[in-house]
Amino acid sequence: MNTVSIIVLVVLAILTLVQVMRISEVSSEIQGGKDNEVSEKDNDTQGRLMLLVGMGFVISVVVMYVVWGRLSLPEPSSEHGSEIDGLWNLSMLIINIVFFIVQPILFYFAYKYRGKKGTKAVHFAHNNKLELFWTVVPALALAVLIIWGLNVWSTLMMPENDEEPIVIELYAQQFNWTVRYSGSDNALGFASVYDIEGANIVGVDTQDAASADDVVTKELHLPVGKPVLFQFRSQDVIHSAYFPHFRAQMNCVPGATTNFQFTPTITTAEIRQNKDVKRHVEEVNAIRTAKGEDVWDFNYVLLCNKICGAAHYNMQMDIIVETEDEYNAWLNEQKTVAETL
Amino acid sequence: MSTMSTKSTENPHFQDHLMEHHHEENFFTKYIFTMDHKMIGKQFLVTGMFMGIIGVMMSMLFRLELAYPEQSFPILEFFLGKWAPDGVMSPDMYLALVTIHGTIMVFFVLTAGLSGTFSNLLIPLQIGARDMASGFLNALSYWFFAMSSVVMVVSLFVESGPASAGWTVYPPLSALPQAMPGSGAGMTLWLVSMTLFIVGSLLGSLNYIVTVLNMRTKGMSMTRLPLTIWAFFVTAILGVLSFPVLLSAALLLMFDRLLGTSFYLSDIFMGGEVLSYSGGSPVLYQHLFWFLGHPEVYIILLPALGISSEVIATNSRKPIFGYRAMVGSILAIAFLSFIVWGHHMFITGMNPFLGSVFTFTTLLIAIPSAVKAFNYITTLWKGNIQYTPAMMFSIGLVSTFVTGGLTGVILGDSALDINVHDTYFVVAHFHIVMGLSAIFGMFAGVYHWFPKMYGRMMNKSMGYAHFWLTFITAYGVFFPMHFLGMAGLPRRYYSNTAFPMFDNLADINVLITYFAIIGGIAQLIFIFNFFYSIWRGPKAPQNPWKANSLEWTTPVEHLHGNWPGEIPMVHRWAYDYSKPGAEEDFIPQNVPLAEGEESGH
Ligand code: HEM
Ligand SMILES: [Cu+2]
Ligand SMILES: [Cu+2]
Repeated sequence: MNTVSIIVLVVLAILTLVQVMRISEVSSEIQGGKDNEVSEKDNDTQGRLMLLVGMGFVISVVVMYVVWGRLSLPEPSSEHGSEIDGLWNLSMLIINIVFFIVQPILFYFAYKYRGKKGTKAVHFAHNNKLELFWTVVPALALAVLIIWGLNVWSTLMMPENDEEPIVIELYAQQFNWTVRYSGSDNALGFASVYDIEGANIVGVDTQDAASADDVVTKELHLPVGKPVLFQFRSQDVIHSAYFPHFRAQMNCVPGATTNFQFTPTITTAEIRQNKDVKRHVEEVNAIRTAKGEDVWDFNYVLLCNKICGAAHYNMQMDIIVETEDEYNAWLNEQKTVAETL
Repeated sequence: MSTMSTKSTENPHFQDHLMEHHHEENFFTKYIFTMDHKMIGKQFLVTGMFMGIIGVMMSMLFRLELAYPEQSFPILEFFLGKWAPDGVMSPDMYLALVTIHGTIMVFFVLTAGLSGTFSNLLIPLQIGARDMASGFLNALSYWFFAMSSVVMVVSLFVESGPASAGWTVYPPLSALPQAMPGSGAGMTLWLVSMTLFIVGSLLGSLNYIVTVLNMRTKGMSMTRLPLTIWAFFVTAILGVLSFPVLLSAALLLMFDRLLGTSFYLSDIFMGGEVLSYSGGSPVLYQHLFWFLGHPEVYIILLPALGISSEVIATNSRKPIFGYRAMVGSILAIAFLSFIVWGHHMFITGMNPFLGSVFTFTTLLIAIPSAVKAFNYITTLWKGNIQYTPAMMFSIGLVSTFVTGGLTGVILGDSALDINVHDTYFVVAHFHIVMGLSAIFGMFAGVYHWFPKMYGRMMNKSMGYAHFWLTFITAYGVFFPMHFLGMAGLPRRYYSNTAFPMFDNLADINVLITYFAIIGGIAQLIFIFNFFYSIWRGPKAPQNPWKANSLEWTTPVEHLHGNWPGEIPMVHRWAYDYSKPGAEEDFIPQNVPLAEGEESGH
């Protein structure tokens, strides 16, 4: 019944609109106006609107920066993160300069040169100097960004190590993460999906000598100031290990091992004292208490950032960055593969 | 109809030939199984609009979910039935809607609906040809597209749900029915639909290329072609070179799904057992997909840029600034678009050196893009701008092209991409630069060439209202998404409530959804105006915008073969607007040079 009445209403509305259109067209015809020809008045109105709305848009962007700028991630908690943020800030500066020059010019021209009776446009078909100028200037700006960008990229992807990084495996499956520490030998034992059985959820080859001291856990602890080399595997579909606070991300691809290295620089306890983080937590908790939800304390998180199925939106794990002593103490409490399997 | 050469004008029998056919036309030969390029263009447009309505409605449904996660809405139950028990959208349905929305918008609306419509309508008319090189292939191209649309729509109704692995359908997620319900029959139909689509697109593109190369009227040298034709021509070349690669990617995926091959699959443990696939690589699929996927974004964008070049020049009453640079940048963009695909794969674990190469080539594309943007703006400078609705949308396009292009500089940089890859920053970027620019270009094209398509004018005031509502809500939807991305919010999340750190973004999501709903409803103005004007709009004059290109020398009433007499000969380029010494502020291409007049082109 509901559906029928909605359909009837829609049909009636359309018919009414058609009649209204008809009447307005006929009446303007009677007055001798040509309703659909663009008149000088239209040019004037629309040209002014271009300036108004266009500048409104540009100003609204400023407002968004002011109001929502605080929402961005807090300072990076990894060594390479500050290099990424430096490059990010430079790139943002450049594109914002271009944005705030080009958009106002566009809308100003749209207003300034709105059609008027009796004026004639200037015949200006090309100008090599001008065109050369705006080929070369972007090229120079891009050259800077490319060179700097590639520099950051290669230090990040091929880090030079003074000390050997701690090797940790992150294992992805629909829809959770498992961690495998390489233990005292800092070498992961061989593992493959063919060895998955019962409690051996990541498929460690127990025959491999290197696997005996491996530790398989559902918690991710990292020591501050130590380089960590993550190795990623997936048992089913592609996932992506996203560590936004560390400016790190790498896909987990079934049938392959990928890796990413970074050095955490701020412990969980320290970052909770960061003023941006504190404000963020306050804001969130104000919202949560109003809705009657649990209060939240800041934790670094690992998110899945590659569509992987129904619960993709909730494939997460907390990351705890602590001092080396705390880390060692925690790791020593964990059971090794030799003990559990 | 076999007299398709530039010399067809000299064929005295052509006229009689036309007349004979005129009488035999009935409803089916005229509207359905037509081989006339103008009618085929309209078929593409109307089908594309139909798909567009579905795609936009889907986005409104999942925007509702994003603003009010896991809340109940009767409208969701109405549209989604069992996929929204008690009016709460299920996560599987969310992913399905996002996937089909993306597929429909990219391929059905902005590839077929945009390029298909205007290439068909304008190529013969603007180069001075009686029809496409092969009317039959052209009709076939539409029918493949139509079949593919039908299959895609049918896939929405299969028991296990439509494809839901994202519009990029990466395996193994898309390859294994155990991985998600949408990877069952829905995914098979998705692949069938895309295969049909690709065949149709290839038939169309080959036709466009041959037509532009061989059937230009006398005097229409390549450097006198309107920029629309350059854009359609290069787009067709891109399509011919890249769509076959997607076809092979889709076929291999089909084999993995149906025949048990392992092109993309290896070492998979699912449902308590190891599957029998081994030796394949999911990353191979990504290489194949993006080898099409990146050119595809220019297949979408170039026609829109071509249309806006034409509209901006005509309505500024000025020659397009830097015609040769515009053509050069189309060619440069097209070339570069084939060697940048890896920027979608920086974090797949591929060799870091490759990442560097792709960063370099990607950032190079910014140069020809910047040239285009500056040339548009200079075309406005000291113009005498006529604000037709088409002109408004073209200016809107320049704005979104600049805004969205700038964030590309960030995403193309491998080091920066690490932290915003697959976040809402990306969603903001590609919607603005590709989605909005192309949609604006498409609207500009419809408003500008409506008189040519239907012989009537669209209502101007509704056009203005449509533009302003669309422009404001479009930025209102997509600009704030940058800030979500910078806060680390991933895309393709059914709900953000699982992470308290995102709780303070909820307000922005609500705001975006308001804009999306208003913007979606505003499109009704356009749809109403379109259909009202088809039947009731005031009759169009022959050359309503006082434009130079050849399509405006044909009679308002369509006739098969386009020109009643001989095909006009071309004496100048398409941009002699406001030429000093001329009486009017435009000189159509078929007007011979006056005595002592310099042509320049
Ligand atoms: C009413 C206007 C539109 C709205 C509100 C809208 C909104 C969205 C949103 C929120 C997403 C989901 C992002 C995610 O979770 O990853 C999305 C995805 C997408 N949209 Fe739109 N969109 C609109 C129009 C368009 C247009 C014009 C295009 C044409 C290019 C487009 C192409 C896509 C694509 C390719 C995706 C990605 C699908 C995927 O992740 O597989 N959309 N859209
Ligand atoms: Cu996931
Ligand atoms: Cu790309």
